[in-house]
Parts: sequence; structure tokens; C-alpha cells
Amino acid sequence: MNATLFTLLLEGAATTAALSAVSVLLGFALGALVCAAQMARSRALRAFGAIYVSFFRGVPLLVQLLLIYNLLPGLGINVPGTVAALVGLTLCTAAYQAEILRGGFQSVPPGLVEAGQMVGLSPALILLRIRIPLALRLTLPSVVNEAVLILKASSLVSVVGIADLTRTAQNIASSTYRPIEAFATAGALYLVLNAVLIGGGGLLSRRMAHGR
Amino acid sequence: MNAALLWDSLPSVASGFGVTMLMWLPGLALALALGLVFALLRQYGGRGLDAALGLVLSAVRGTPFLIQLFLLYYGGPLVGIDLDATSAGLLGLAVYGGAYYAEIMRGGFAAVPRGHVEAATMAGLSRVQTLRRILLPEMALLILPAAVNMAVVLMKETAVLSIITVPELTMVITGIGSSTFAFTEAAFLLALTYWALTEATGVAGRLLERRMAQVRLA
Repeated sequence: MNATLFTLLLEGAATTAALSAVSVLLGFALGALVCAAQMARSRALRAFGAIYVSFFRGVPLLVQLLLIYNLLPGLGINVPGTVAALVGLTLCTAAYQAEILRGGFQSVPPGLVEAGQMVGLSPALILLRIRIPLALRLTLPSVVNEAVLILKASSLVSVVGIADLTRTAQNIASSTYRPIEAFATAGALYLVLNAVLIGGGGLLSRRMAHGR
Repeated sequence: MNAALLWDSLPSVASGFGVTMLMWLPGLALALALGLVFALLRQYGGRGLDAALGLVLSAVRGTPFLIQLFLLYYGGPLVGIDLDATSAGLLGLAVYGGAYYAEIMRGGFAAVPRGHVEAATMAGLSRVQTLRRILLPEMALLILPAAVNMAVVLMKETAVLSIITVPELTMVITGIGSSTFAFTEAAFLLALTYWALTEATGVAGRLLERRMAQVRLA
């Protein structure tokens, strides 16, 4: 693989990294809302949360992407392909992150919440000072795991024409007739991105443990 | 999509559904078998093999399924692995799923209480008997929820096979979408079908888990 082609792959890797990072962050925000809906008192909100999570976890991401690609223009919303891809990845990861967060809130020891009530903290303060920080700390490893899955799943946006790492490798494979080098190098770059992500997650979780 | 159009395309939808099932279920069976082989090799194959397999399997788990399919389908013929799309898809699913199942089963073996193995040794069971009578059944019970979850993941991954032209559900229905210009309706139909399939698998998995919980008590 010559240097020019490798640079192209690096650019594709940057697109993949940016797309995944933005959708995981947006997905966390949306996932927190979906999680709040799932734990809400209103039955309608809980049903919405449950259906949202079930749909976006039960349908293949590729099909979700195809749906969004065809649905948005049909609704008269014309956005660039990158935005549609971002919307698709975000909606999907939000469902997984909502479940992760819900699990985190459920694992907060009830004794700590009761202790908060005993010392007279308001429910809002208990949420802010006890339940949210603990849930976040407990869910960090799962969120990193989800980020790895999204990084890999983002390869599907190549199908709808985004020049990510996979698409770039495909272009190189078909123009040079050397698919093995192109796809193996792309695979290695995905591994590097994953290693960075997992390393970063480890550092972050050590720091958060220190804050304890 | 109007009803007549849907009716006309019913045979091809049915065939796509059939291909999806033919990729998923045998792919799942192969993935389970490969996973068990990998897990056993890591457990009993010595330290060198364990480390080497661990590295290879984590590379499989760390790269996108689509990249693996491209490598196999487009790169394979250059090194003498000349498979048609369907065989490449099946092999791809088996290897991808096998890498995950190997890790799930390794965890399952590690979670079998040591006392049970020691008791079996004390009772005079050979290593093979201990594996067959104690370790394997207990591991299978322990990994059931994770194994069902992975089966759902593999069901969803079969949609990716459409990209290497396996004529499964996603390829057939998007094809209908482009020939009738009813893209959105086709994509909706597709999403609903997969949703029903994955929900049904989840329900079946929970039933199986409840059944197995009784076995454990008996």
C-alpha cells in the first residue's frame, strides 16, 4: 500500500471516528431522555420508552439507515447524506444507551438513596448528588463497549455513500484490484481506533474511581 | 405501497425470508460449534495456542462484520478461497459469531463453581467425563441469556449480507423498493419484519430460560 492510498484511508478513518464520536455523544443525551421516559410515572411515557428501545434494538442498523434515507426526503426534509447517517446512528445508539443507563440507575444501592432521604436531601438533590453520579460511574464501561460497537457499526454508512473508512477501502480495492491489502489495512485501522477508545475509557474510569 | 403491488411481490418476499432463515439458523449453529471449538482450544490447548487464538479472536471482534465479508468475498479468490456470495456469507457469520461465542463460553466455563469440578474428580470421573457431564452442561445453562442475545445480534447481521449480494430479505425488499419506487414503504415493511423476528427470538429465549431454571432446580 503506497503512502497516498494510506493517507486516503487515514482520512476515511478520521471520518469514521468523527461520525462515531458525535453519534455516541448525541446518543447519550437522547438515551438519557429515553431512559427518563422509561422510568417516568406516566404510563404513556413508559410505553413510548419501551417501544423506542425495542424497535431500535430489534431492527438491523442497515435497515434503519435505509429507512431514514428514504423517509427524510419523503417528509420533505432534504439533508446531506452525512446528517442522515448521523441521525441513524444516533437514534440507534440512544436505544442501547438508554438501556445501559436504566441498568446503572437500578444498580445504585437503595441504602445510599435512603441515607440521603434520612439526612433530609430533597428528591432533586438525591438525584443530582447520589443517583446520577453513581449511575454514570457504574455505566461507564458499558458505554465504552457501546462506543466500540457503534464504531464498528458505522461501517454501514458506507452503503449510503459516506466516504468513511470502509467506503474508502472499497474504492481503493476496486481501483487497485488489491482488495486484501485495502480491507486488511482498513481492519487494522478499526482496531487502532478501538484500542484508543478502550484505552481512553480505562483512563477515564480510573480518574472517576479516584474521585470517589 | 398498494395492496396489489404487495401481493405481486409476495413470492419474492417469501423467498428472501427463506434465504434469511437459511443464513441465520445454520450460521448460528456453525457459530456455536466454532465458538465451542475455540473455547475448548483456549482452555486445553496450552498457553501459546491460548494467547494466539485470543489475539485472532479479539481482532475478529474488533473489526466490522462488513470489512470481514469484503475481505472474504473479494479477497478470498486471490488466495484460493473462491466462494459464492451465499457460502461466503454463511462462513462470515460463522466466524464472526464464533469469535463472540468463544468469549461467552470462556466466561461460562470460568463461572462453573470449582467445587463441582473437584467433586467430580473426587468421585472418580475422568477429565473427559467431567467435561461432558459437569462443565459443558453447567456452562450451557450459565451462558443461555448471553447466547440468546448473540443469536439476535446474528439475526440482525444477516441484513449486512445483502451488501455482498446474498438474495436475503433486505436485498429482495430494497429491490422491490427500487423497481416500484415505493422505497419508504419497502423499508418500513422490512423494519417491521425484522422487529417481529427479533422480538419473537427474545420471547423464545426467555421461555427457554424459564424452562432451564426449572431444570437447574430439579
